[in-house]
Amino acid sequence: MPRLIKDSKVVDDTWLTLDPDTTAPKAGQICSLEQWLQLADKKGSAVQLEPAQEPDILFEHLEQIQLIVINFPVFTDGRGFSYARRLRERGYLGELRAGGHFIRDQLTYLHRCGFDAFQLADESGLEAALESLDDFTEFYQAADDQPLPLFRRRPHSTP
Amino acid sequence: MYVYDQYDQKIIDERVAQFRDQTARFLAGKISDTEFLPLRLQNGLYLQRQAPMLRIAVPYGLMNSTQLRKLAEITRVYDKGYAHISTRQNVQLNWPALTEVPDILAELATVQMHAIQTSGNCVRNTTTDQFAGVARDELEDPRPYCEIIRQWSTLHPEFAFLPRKFKIAVCGSTEDRAAIHHHDIGLELLANEQGEIGLKVLVGGGLGRTPAIGSVICEWLDKKHMLTYLEAVLRVYNKYGRRDNKFKARIKILVKAMGVDAFRAAVEQEWLSVKDGPTTLTDEELIRARSFFDAPDYEVVDDAEATSRLQVECDRDAIFGNWVKRNTQAHRVAGYRIVTLSLKATGYAPGDVTAEQLELLAELSDLYSFGEVRSTHEQNLVLGDVPMSQLYALWQRLQAAGLATPNIGYLTDIICCPGGDYCSLANAKSLPVAEAIQVRFDNLDYVYDLGPLELNISGCMNACGHHHIGHIGILGVDKKGQEYYQVCLGGSQAKDASIGKILGPSFKQEDMPDVIDNILSTYVTLRHEEESFLDTYRRVGIDPFKERVYAPAH
Repeated sequence: MPRLIKDSKVVDDTWLTLDPDTTAPKAGQICSLEQWLQLADKKGSAVQLEPAQEPDILFEHLEQIQLIVINFPVFTDGRGFSYARRLRERGYLGELRAGGHFIRDQLTYLHRCGFDAFQLADESGLEAALESLDDFTEFYQAADDQPLPLFRRRPHSTP
Repeated sequence: MYVYDQYDQKIIDERVAQFRDQTARFLAGKISDTEFLPLRLQNGLYLQRQAPMLRIAVPYGLMNSTQLRKLAEITRVYDKGYAHISTRQNVQLNWPALTEVPDILAELATVQMHAIQTSGNCVRNTTTDQFAGVARDELEDPRPYCEIIRQWSTLHPEFAFLPRKFKIAVCGSTEDRAAIHHHDIGLELLANEQGEIGLKVLVGGGLGRTPAIGSVICEWLDKKHMLTYLEAVLRVYNKYGRRDNKFKARIKILVKAMGVDAFRAAVEQEWLSVKDGPTTLTDEELIRARSFFDAPDYEVVDDAEATSRLQVECDRDAIFGNWVKRNTQAHRVAGYRIVTLSLKATGYAPGDVTAEQLELLAELSDLYSFGEVRSTHEQNLVLGDVPMSQLYALWQRLQAAGLATPNIGYLTDIICCPGGDYCSLANAKSLPVAEAIQVRFDNLDYVYDLGPLELNISGCMNACGHHHIGHIGILGVDKKGQEYYQVCLGGSQAKDASIGKILGPSFKQEDMPDVIDNILSTYVTLRHEEESFLDTYRRVGIDPFKERVYAPAH
């Protein structure tokens, strides 16, 4: 069973991987956006977004979706960071997973943007990658993990 | 200037530790070259022609004497005893060893400096007017806003992997000394009809392969919305900026492709999700940020008396008098002058400064200018608050150290990138061209007679030497493996911003002094009384220059 980082721990992935060729994804299988759009019942569904696919199309169904995977075909394409923030800002509470070819040195930023699960291309690096989640313990900006920017948190400032 | 508290220090220290670990993993073969590339770039580290180059951030160009001494020490211990002031007010080291870069960053952190985001596809160091806080034509000091932007952009989790680099400049004065029309975002502090000071927002200016002048997307923005608005612009750019072609990836291309109205609409739509949220600036934060840039304890001086005393000294020593005229400027406080130290002495690479000079500057700034020094995007250094009564003493020390070349704003005050001598991106060398021009035009009277003249040289299309916005711009090009130089005329970095027009076919390096000579003679022949080079060019157009320069030799 594939493994990934979820909530700062290495765990088994219980979802079935995406099969782009099927027209009838199984229960518990991650769908491509096209497949997901065809689902009659979106309750408990899982969908994977590619860099050119904005998350807005999911907004109406956020309460029904259990997993959103944002795929990073190359780690230098940062669109997924903005997509993640948009989804969390819109109130998505389910699992938000980074997939594809991001690197462990991006974990802090990804986590700050709202990702809570990380499926690294090379599973052997998962344990070591956990360390990168804690590269920083203080931040200037407001983000998903810290709703207030530092300037509202410094001593004697008003939140 | 801004002083770190425990939070700022912690963030910088954690960054050093992170990069130390990344460098160790890279050297152990656990990170590939491709993966290490953005990690090192976002810590200012390039792998160059001769050795790595480390670009150290100088937020909005402001340094104190402690930092200058530390920089001097770093150049001695880890480099070759000199540093370079870049065209974005930063400091560059040309010879550090990769293995020692984490140590250099740790040294910098002890004096509240870093190299964060001085390169890479992220938000870069915010730049501003080198005369901020002391200029007479200033509406409001832009530095508190620059510092707020510095904090917001530092390690911003969402905008570290943008389509391309992203540069912000802020200006708060009538004359634009920060070239805000030529930045990805330009912010200008300005009053609305009610007299409240807010921000005008320009987007999509830039140099490089496709030079562009920024478009106004917001005429007046309440300051409290500054960060949320920036966030909205960045988010639109991050989502829609081109990623298929590095040469079309800057925000200027996106703004052109969408059209400025559609771009503005997209920003306003995006803004809705963050506007009035927690990132909205509080009055308290604005006050806190401003408190770091309060006026120092100026002495109350009788202006008329100070001025007449200075005049006596200028009359007594004509060389000093000339330096005062060329290299110092009016200060907003009576009895003080702003002093620009030229790093453009003939025979030295423009912008280079030695460890000894840095230490001298630290001492002189402590003695005469409240311990602060500013770097300029024209690659010079500024002492912002010098009492008129101390100018002579200061000048004598500068003169002895080769820092009193009286050429600020004139032909030989050349902006020049490091070019092919150092940079692996360059198509051609730029330093020898600058030197040949300085050598040819060594007659100061002729140089002064030419009036204000900006000559900018870049060794490649990336335009670090800002050639498009020089009154005369020179660009190094590669022609079948040979280094050639293209000339453009009529650029301007001021509020009447313009982009230079290409004169014609490019020239060989050895012909460049003659080419410049011909351009200048054409100007001298055609100018009206008191008319500057730029004004003459704008009146007569490019043709007379073209005819003269490309006239067949007799």
